[in-house]
Formats: sequence, C-alpha cells, structure tokens
Amino acid sequence: MATSRLVAPELATIEVHGMTRESFLMRSTLAAGAAYGALSATGLISSALADSAGGDVDILNYALTLEFLETEFYTQAAKRVKGLSKYERDLTKELRDNEAAHVDALTATIKQLGGKPVAKPMFAFGGAFAGRAAYLKTANVLEDTGVSAYNGAAPMIASVDVLAAAGGIVQVEARHAALIRLVRDRQPAPLAFDKASEMKEILAAVKPFIKA
Amino acid sequence: MTDSALRELADDPSSRKRFFKMLGGAGAVSAATVILAACGDEEEAASKPPAASDVKDNNNSDLKVLNYALTLEFLEADFYKQVIASGLVKDAKVVSIAKKFGETEQEHVDALTATIKKLGGKPVEAPKTKFQPTLDKGLKAVLETAATVENLGAAAYLGQAGNIKSKEVLAAALAIHSVEARHAAALNILVGRGFGDGKGGLEGALPDGAFGKPMDEAAVLKAVKPFLA
Repeated sequence: MATSRLVAPELATIEVHGMTRESFLMRSTLAAGAAYGALSATGLISSALADSAGGDVDILNYALTLEFLETEFYTQAAKRVKGLSKYERDLTKELRDNEAAHVDALTATIKQLGGKPVAKPMFAFGGAFAGRAAYLKTANVLEDTGVSAYNGAAPMIASVDVLAAAGGIVQVEARHAALIRLVRDRQPAPLAFDKASEMKEILAAVKPFIKA
Repeated sequence: MTDSALRELADDPSSRKRFFKMLGGAGAVSAATVILAACGDEEEAASKPPAASDVKDNNNSDLKVLNYALTLEFLEADFYKQVIASGLVKDAKVVSIAKKFGETEQEHVDALTATIKKLGGKPVEAPKTKFQPTLDKGLKAVLETAATVENLGAAAYLGQAGNIKSKEVLAAALAIHSVEARHAAALNILVGRGFGDGKGGLEGALPDGAFGKPMDEAAVLKAVKPFLA
C-alpha cells in the first residue's frame, strides 16, 4: 500500500501477524452474530436490541484491537527504549497501565454484552524503539490516531452505557496524546476540533501490518 | 467521500470546516426521520422512527446541551483572554500554549453559536465573569485555575454525551471533548500537578486514572459559580 494513502505513515513499521484484517473482522462479526442470533431466537433479547448490541460489540472489538496494539507498544517501549528521562519512563509506564486497563474493560464489556472479544493479535513495531525520538513520534501518532478512531466510531454506538464507556476512554487517549506532544515540545492540542476517522481509514493504516 | 476530499479535510488547519461538515446533516437528519415516519417505511418498522414531535423535542433538548456548552466555552475563552492580557505568563512556551488554547476556546464559542442558530435556537449571551481575584493571586493560581477549569470542561462534555439525541451533534461534541481533555492534561503537567491520584477530582493530568469521569450539569455549574459575576 502506498504510504501516501496511510493516515499515519509512521504506523508502517508496525506489523500484525497471525491473521488478515478481513479474517479478524469476520471472526468478531460472526462471533457476535452467532451469540445474538441464538439469543434472539429464544426471545430472551428482542432482535432490535440484539442488532444494536451486535453493532456495539463490533465497535468495541475494533476499539479492543487498537487497545491491544497500544498496550503491547508501551509494554515493549517500557523495556526497550533507551535515553528517556525519569518523567518519560514514568509516563510510559502510566500509559501502558492505562491501555492495559482499557483492554480489560473492553474485554469485560464485550463479554457482558454476550459477544466474543477478539484475540490479541501479534504485533511487531520495527524501528519504533530505536531511540527516544522514534518512540515518541510513534506514540504521538498512535495516540492521535486512537482519539480519531474513537471519535469516529462513538456516534454509531447504540447503547448510552457503551457510549459512556467509550467516552471515558477517548478522554484518556486525548490526555495521553497531549502529554506525549508536550514531551516532544509540540502543541498538545493542535486542532480546535479533533479529527474523527472512519473505521476503514484507521484499519487501512493498520492493515499493512496485518500479514495475510 | 473522495480520497482528495478526505485529505483536504485532514489538512485543514483550522478544522472548523470539518466541524461544520460533521453537523452538515444535523438538520437533514431531522427532516429525513419526519419523512420516514410519514411514509411508514417498512424497512424502518423494526426500529420505529420517532414522531415529528419527538424530533422537535430532541432538537430542543440538544439545543439546551449546546447552550450549556456555550456558557462554559464563553467562560474559558474569556479567562484565557484575560490571562494573556495580564502579562503574568513569562515563559515563551507557556505563552504559546495559552494563546493557542484561548484561540481554540474562541473557535468553540463561534462554532457552538453558529450551530445553535443553524438548529433554530437562540445562543446564550456571554456571561459576566469574575476572574480578577484569581489573576490577583498570581501566575501559579492562574495556571492551576486553568488546569482545574479544563478538567471541568472535559468532565462536563463527557457528562452530556449520553443526553445528546442527534448523531451529528454528538460527533461535534466529541470533537470538542477530546480537545478539552488535551488542554486539561497539558496544563496540569505544566503547573506541576503530575498525573493526579487517579481517584477522581479536578486535579492532575489523569485525575481519574485510565477512565475519564463524567460530571453532571448541576455539579459543573456549581463548580464554575465562583467565576461568574
């Protein structure tokens, strides 16, 4: 894929092994559909609710994939990146812990809705941990991308409770983005209105890193 | 949307164009749902479209939320204006950040005002503010207040997300919410509050830890009361 079409060319160093984008999306959709199909047949859940819960599960699984990515990124960064200040090391651990909590919460919510959480993909981050600059640049891109992914997906969420959960998470991703940007001596909030990206745009940015 | 249109939106430095594009369908959605209700569209039967009166109620409800947001944005915009004018901030980097934040809050004011009018509502007027006591306390108090108010703003928007009826208005609110969160995080670090204790409250760059906490309108308005004349 031409890098000019990527939302974030820096993400090109990240690879996702083990499954194609199509297959992991299909898996989550089928899993959700199977769960809801069965429940709606028994009449325990109205089909409308099943439909909307199915949609919400898909969105949550999309978010979970991105949170898996961020958690692994910061987990590896905490171990591998040299040349960070004490504050930057503490920040890295805080971000790692936040993303791990997001993974746990999204996983629990998906299960609560009767869905099947996607399995954690395998990631490879290439040269992102080569040094302080490479790490911070990639972190910046990941966090900004996370914000735009959540802002793009959230309006499609059917349940107000799921929306509240997503809102609580995107707020923290935005805080992360600002903190990383500050460390890079950038404007923490360059835009008056944050970008909202479509799922296909975000997944296209990650796709090169998903091996067939 | 074409690839070049996407790029154009992504590159738009002011991002206002994108904000209004998000709202572009807000009026249209209401009209479409009214038409669907009238036609008794079979496909929509399972998810019953709202009655025309509900559409109007939803719009009025959204207008209330938008005017509440506008009040907070007026407050923030005025605070930054006064802070810059005071000359209290000497550090060039902090000046640059404060100026940018102030410009952003003014853009929020302008965009919310325009949105309210577009939806047929009446925008609230700028409230009379009371920031001099804070300014008199000096730079540290000023930056701490800014940090607290931004945390409040983020919590306020999060608190309203579930109340917003229109998907387009929700998208617009989310686009502002994450920006307030960025402001909050940055200011709290700049003023030396660190991440916060993660147990909730208005202090810290991550005051609630991994998950932002919403605040309801009554609590927010109570918290900003000291700054209203």
